[in-house]
Amino acid sequence: MRKLDYAGAIREAMAQEMERDPRVFVYGIGVPTWSSIFGTTKGLTEQFGPERCFDTPICEDTMTGFGLGAAIRGLRPIHVHIRVDFMILATNQLLNMVSNYIYSTGGKLKVPLVVRAVVGRGWGQGAQHSKSLFSNFTHIPGLKVIAPTTASDVKGMLTAAIRDDNPVICFEHRWLYWAEEEVPEEPYEVPLGVGRILRPGRDVTVVGLSWMNVEARLAADILYKRGVSVEIVDPRTLAPLDEDLIVESVKRTGRCIVADCDWVESGFSAELAARISEKCFGRLKAPVKRIGFAHTPCPTVRELENEFYPNARTIVRGIEEMLGLEAANLDGEDFFSHERRFRGPF
Amino acid sequence: MTLDPEPLPKTTSIQLFKSLFLARRSEEYIVKHYPENLMRTPMHMSMGQEFVSVGVCAALEGKADVFASYRSHAAFLAQTHDTDLFFSELYGRSSGTGEGKGGSMHLASPGQGHILSSGVVATQIPVAVGAGFANMRLGTGRTAVVFFGDGAADAGVFWESLNVAALYRLPVMFVCEDNGYAVDTPREARQVPASLTEAVKAFVCDSYEDDSGDVESVYRLARGAVEKAHRERRPAFLNVKCCRYLEHVGTGDDWHWGYRDKAAVEREWISRDALLQQRVRLASLQMSESAIVAVEDEIDRAIRASVAKASQAPIPGPERLYAGVFHEKA
Repeated sequence: MRKLDYAGAIREAMAQEMERDPRVFVYGIGVPTWSSIFGTTKGLTEQFGPERCFDTPICEDTMTGFGLGAAIRGLRPIHVHIRVDFMILATNQLLNMVSNYIYSTGGKLKVPLVVRAVVGRGWGQGAQHSKSLFSNFTHIPGLKVIAPTTASDVKGMLTAAIRDDNPVICFEHRWLYWAEEEVPEEPYEVPLGVGRILRPGRDVTVVGLSWMNVEARLAADILYKRGVSVEIVDPRTLAPLDEDLIVESVKRTGRCIVADCDWVESGFSAELAARISEKCFGRLKAPVKRIGFAHTPCPTVRELENEFYPNARTIVRGIEEMLGLEAANLDGEDFFSHERRFRGPF
Repeated sequence: MTLDPEPLPKTTSIQLFKSLFLARRSEEYIVKHYPENLMRTPMHMSMGQEFVSVGVCAALEGKADVFASYRSHAAFLAQTHDTDLFFSELYGRSSGTGEGKGGSMHLASPGQGHILSSGVVATQIPVAVGAGFANMRLGTGRTAVVFFGDGAADAGVFWESLNVAALYRLPVMFVCEDNGYAVDTPREARQVPASLTEAVKAFVCDSYEDDSGDVESVYRLARGAVEKAHRERRPAFLNVKCCRYLEHVGTGDDWHWGYRDKAAVEREWISRDALLQQRVRLASLQMSESAIVAVEDEIDRAIRASVAKASQAPIPGPERLYAGVFHEKA
């Protein structure tokens, strides 16, 4: 099978759906420009015309209401925010309008609106270009929230989101755009609300969110060499959550670390830890542990930025502590960092 | 308007009267029965302002996609004439527009062209622009019409929406029901431009103002405006001066608040009430008093029948709490 990166998979999902259904369109600040949201919208204006792939004025809230109106009246919009931080401007529409319109019409109506938002990181993105804020949106009834990790997942899940008759917010981590894997060429759906075991294991479950699954895989490789078997569960969809998959995994392993790509305080990791603790209480051999950002605004300077973000090393240390293992010497390990590839600026 | 315009067809004048009367009488029913505590939903009454949405919706002849604020009773009834749905929703019944989950602030019947009503100031405005875009793309021939108060023109999203509609050349009708107050704060305390109508002209759109207090004047204005909006492919802004008779929210008056003078309001607005004007006009068109009363009686009967139906309709069961958060396939 041919290989495709995550950005290419997003582009292919949108292009195939736009081809299949003339009601689908994509818009947002910078969408049709040369840089084309990291290539994810590249060539779509040329292929489908400026009425189906277009730029907008810098007014996120208005353009979200615009998407709602277009969705109610028969189109299938995809609204793109190049940073989650900018999507905050749209929360009036997302939380007050988009999320409750279906309910206040007794469930009769459709709001087929997809909102894509990019989680930034690295090379000094700083406090206003680096947020995830998953739980701000999973908190709200009426919104579906997805955060695919792999290229094949993002293609299938975005396709499913575009075909869904409900609002879906898709979080895409900036660093995942380069992740390549085998991705089927034909259109397909990965159903929303279904998680995935990225790596089976026996001793401990790591529930990873978005980029943290990449770090979890590295941590699992390191620990494997020491005879520790790590299971990695990627919920993929945060709302509605595939709770059963996570609970079954933790019941098998008896231990769980939630590795969130966000702040810990009141974050999605708190929701996961609470549910796991409730459902696996008698089976847990240790308290559920949470890993996430330092509870500070994201600093710009590289050295502090490195301290701010958790990584594979954080996960390794967490598992060692949970299993009562000596902290291994990790000097020989290669903690791959996208910083080496990512030279900015954005 | 210096010259007397061509008179409208008598049937149109009657239709406008009926629509005004329907909205007024429905709200009079609410005022009377609200204290029974069976309509437990915050009411933002249209009374006094009905002629704006009545005139505009009639002018669009059923081809409007209406977006309204929380003060949407008149717009809803002007567009749908559906008192069954209206009262069912206010009484919180399964047969309402949203099986009681919406209430007065969220009236919506998209199949009849009343797409939504919203309780947060100005939030409905950009949604109308998106609907205008869909109408253009799908070639429906319909017109997105958004009603809002002058308070919404304080909000950035109003100006952004105007900009987007003009930029994308969408024939969206922005209708400001300009009653001069945001709750009790006068426009002068909130907005710098001496005239909204003038300020809006900076955008590529047609900006109109009407202070006639007359439903037929609004009707003519809207007919011309919607025709031009489609021809020129650009939005229209209608600034219609009006007066809210009752308090901001609730069914009582608010003279005791002291922010406006009762005698002045009576002199400037209530004495030339649009419904009364239209009734006088029908008489001048040789419609007999008994014929007018017959029209009024028919509407009263319809309202009573709708209320009776609503009060007999089932209240949604507890199993409906979790239903409809997401779209339910029919």
